[in-house]
Amino acid sequence: MIIRILGEGQREIADSELDGLNALDEKLENAVESGDEATFTEALAALLTAVRSAGSPLADDSLEDSDLILPPSDATLDEVRALLSDDGLIPG
Amino acid sequence: MSLMKRISLIFRSKASTALDRAEDPRETLDYSYQRQVELLAKVRRGVADVATSRKRVELQVAQLRQQENKLTDQAQKALAMGREDLAREALTRKSAITAQVGDLAAQQAQLQGEEEKLTLASQRLQAKVESFRTRKETIKATYTAAEAQTRINEAFSGISEEMGDVGLAVQRAEDKTAQMQARAGAIDELIASGALDDASSINRGDDIARELEAMSSQSDVESELAALKAKSAPQSIEAGDSTPQAELTAQQGEQQKQEGQA
Repeated sequence: MIIRILGEGQREIADSELDGLNALDEKLENAVESGDEATFTEALAALLTAVRSAGSPLADDSLEDSDLILPPSDATLDEVRALLSDDGLIPG
Repeated sequence: MSLMKRISLIFRSKASTALDRAEDPRETLDYSYQRQVELLAKVRRGVADVATSRKRVELQVAQLRQQENKLTDQAQKALAMGREDLAREALTRKSAITAQVGDLAAQQAQLQGEEEKLTLASQRLQAKVESFRTRKETIKATYTAAEAQTRINEAFSGISEEMGDVGLAVQRAEDKTAQMQARAGAIDELIASGALDDASSINRGDDIARELEAMSSQSDVESELAALKAKSAPQSIEAGDSTPQAELTAQQGEQQKQEGQA
């Protein structure tokens, strides 16, 4: 499975790692829903660290579709909310 | 649905609307052109085959005509030698050959007509293939340009996943710039209001000191102005008492100055 961290690039992750990542992802999702900025920052950092350590980076010139996409490490709660809204951060 | 999945789905739906995954029309055009070129080659081979048949018939007709002439000569010679039977035989053979020549001549005319038709068709087809080739290249170029334009638009609007990164980075850069501009504006206002010291005048003390300094500099100006007035006052009195002689001398001096300038 290929996961992209926005602003950092893509990493290839073994399927066996997904359960652990999903647990962290769930924490992050709860933090976004509850609007707790501190928990959100902590959860995002934990998820990104787990992805970075579990995955091997893909070469910049490889053309692979990402299976999953994650917000950048310095994203704020509001930015992630905007990313999840209908229009996302990108217009159009 | 998990956060990662939701973000991915949003990006993917944007990317799929931006990217047309239909087959490349340029390949279809190239294939079509290839087929036309093959058809043209077939028609040309057909023209060549018909021309070859026509020439073969022409040769046969020429040979038969030679035989006809030969038999006519033989009949004349036989008659000259008084052999009427031989002359009759020769003319009988000749009449069979003449009939054959007639058939072949009709065949030759037919082949000639076929050949002309095919040549014309081949020329028309060639013109069509040529014009198709030009159109195909135009369409391909237009398509390539449109595709490039789509990619550019896509890049600008940051629709694709890769461009998502760029879009985000651009937004961050813009946000930072706006933030810095706002900060610079706020600092200017604070300096103007005196709440914040201007770094260039930081050694000149606080606002009270500045005010005192301003006041003293103002009083310096006033006192200097008063001194200047005092100095120039006696001169103006002297100028008021000037005699007619003095005025005349002054006028002469002015005249000399003007002449000197001219």
